[in-house]
Amino acid sequence: MRFLLRRLGFYLIAFWACITLNFFLPRLMPGDPVSRMFAQVQTQMRPDQIAALRQLFGLTDKPVWQQYLDYIGNIFRGNMGISLSRFPTPVSSVISSEIGWTLLLGATSLVIAVVLGNLLGIMAAWRRGRFLDSVFPPLLVFVGSFPYFWLAMAALYLFGIVLGWFPLNHAFTDGVEASWSFSYVADVANHLVLPALTIVLVSIGGWMLGMRNTMIATTAEDYITMARAKGLRSGRIMFHYAARNAMLPSITSFGMSLGFVVGGALLTETVFAYPGIGYQLLNSVQALDYPLTQGIFLTITTAVLAANFLVDIIYVRLDPRVRVS
Amino acid sequence: MSISQSQRQTVTQGDDATPPSAKRSILARVTGGGLVHGLLTNKKALFGLTILFLFVLLAVLAPLLSPGNPSNFTADVSAAPSSDHWLGTTAKGQDVLALTLWGSRSSLSVGFTVGLIATFIGCLVGIASAYFGKVTDELLSLLTNIFLLIPGLPLLVVLAAFLPPGPATVVIVLVITGWAGSARVLRSQALSIRGKDFVAAAIVTGEKTWRIMFLEIMPNMASIVMSTLLGCVIYGIGAQAGLEFLGLGDTSSVSWGTNLYWANNDGAMMTGDWWVLIPSGLAIALIAFALAMINYAVDEVTNPRLRAEKKD
Repeated sequence: MRFLLRRLGFYLIAFWACITLNFFLPRLMPGDPVSRMFAQVQTQMRPDQIAALRQLFGLTDKPVWQQYLDYIGNIFRGNMGISLSRFPTPVSSVISSEIGWTLLLGATSLVIAVVLGNLLGIMAAWRRGRFLDSVFPPLLVFVGSFPYFWLAMAALYLFGIVLGWFPLNHAFTDGVEASWSFSYVADVANHLVLPALTIVLVSIGGWMLGMRNTMIATTAEDYITMARAKGLRSGRIMFHYAARNAMLPSITSFGMSLGFVVGGALLTETVFAYPGIGYQLLNSVQALDYPLTQGIFLTITTAVLAANFLVDIIYVRLDPRVRVS
Repeated sequence: MSISQSQRQTVTQGDDATPPSAKRSILARVTGGGLVHGLLTNKKALFGLTILFLFVLLAVLAPLLSPGNPSNFTADVSAAPSSDHWLGTTAKGQDVLALTLWGSRSSLSVGFTVGLIATFIGCLVGIASAYFGKVTDELLSLLTNIFLLIPGLPLLVVLAAFLPPGPATVVIVLVITGWAGSARVLRSQALSIRGKDFVAAAIVTGEKTWRIMFLEIMPNMASIVMSTLLGCVIYGIGAQAGLEFLGLGDTSSVSWGTNLYWANNDGAMMTGDWWVLIPSGLAIALIAFALAMINYAVDEVTNPRLRAEKKD
């Protein structure tokens, strides 16, 4: 319990740091970003909306500390301002309409990469020096060396343009109504294959190697020798004795890599024009839509912090040593 | 994480058990003799070093190999590889080989600059945190963990969006997002060395703090500093390419990232100009692979348990 409270305290401080960063970044910008922004939408804006924006960017006469308090107050009321590029939609509804796609893409590829990578790692360590152990790691490291977006482009070119097996962009065919029908789900899945595949390809090597190395260390432990001496079946020792314990570091990296999923998806989403929040973040940056940029950044960080706290809770369940100390 | 780290510690403990008088020889063994000899006899390391050397050579010789401005347009538009243009030309008629050669200068220099600065900050924070302990450690660890947790790429995009564009910004942004991982690894290693007798002896003899940090503690973790540096350089090269691919870097310069950005912008994929896409991406992959190979070799040389075994 003390462990969890400490962690919670840490995440709260991290959250505060992100809000603060978000508050000060636009104020560090050179020139006059607000007039550039206003130029796009001025005619459509109501005076009170302009005032709200000026407040967001520190152009009011209030002292900085008061602006800061106002900003934090707004965040906690879920008020992140109004998007400029999609005027007059509030930032929060732009985000909520798109975060689902990022979660779908991220969760699918992360789960596949983790399960497959860890399994391969377990096998490679168990049969050291054999085929799986000597061929896969260097191959996967090589594949993982390619820039994320480049691999996505290559997959898009090969499977999308040349072979025409998969759609080139978007998350579903234009004009298709969202429903729980089989055809819609199949359509979404079809659009998901290429982006998810590239993320899995790039990230699987790290999981495999990490698992392999801890697994090798674990198989050298005395209780494994003991289990062998007892004459337990090899598969039982592999999964129930060795892999179970070698799994713990993977769970920590799982938490860390959630950030990579949301973040890394940004590049994949850009290449495939997949309508997630990563793609939207980039669009908002290019459209000088600063309220949306800030809102998305804050949402992503909050999601990552929350997910990491969840992983911590699970970790306490799994590793009794944490509970005791 | 914890298991592999404790494994490392048992390996390094062998070195640290030697009395402080033998410090010079440790230094020689870790930084000079042992590691270098180990690397030069390691296949992975030799492979990596050769590729790295070739790339640096090509980058240095770029003005001789392909004189003139690589961005100049020619009349040959979207030409496939031929004897005139070995790697073909872009949709604007630029020679792809020249772009790739010149691009290596920016990509390698930014990558190595970012790697060096990030590793330096990581060393500073990690060792200071382990050396001073207590409140300093708490605060620095907190800072490190926050930076580790904030998702890198979105932070990269947001920072690049809000800071004035230019090559210096790219380096600064990449360092800000890249130092934390190395600080964490180096801290845990420095922590185990901090408890050794020779550090206590150095404190008692009244050595200056920075001397203890950088001349007593750091040489004893040279191999980890080195693998951190390699990791940071890989990160630097990849992240610069990613940033520039998104159009958030310095789009006027020639680098592997901007080459791919323009290729994508000019619709190279749609028109089937695959030769524009391949060289820069392959170059990044090769250099990252080479560095990763050297990194694994460092790991193998210093951590005997990871060396390949014939049979279990």
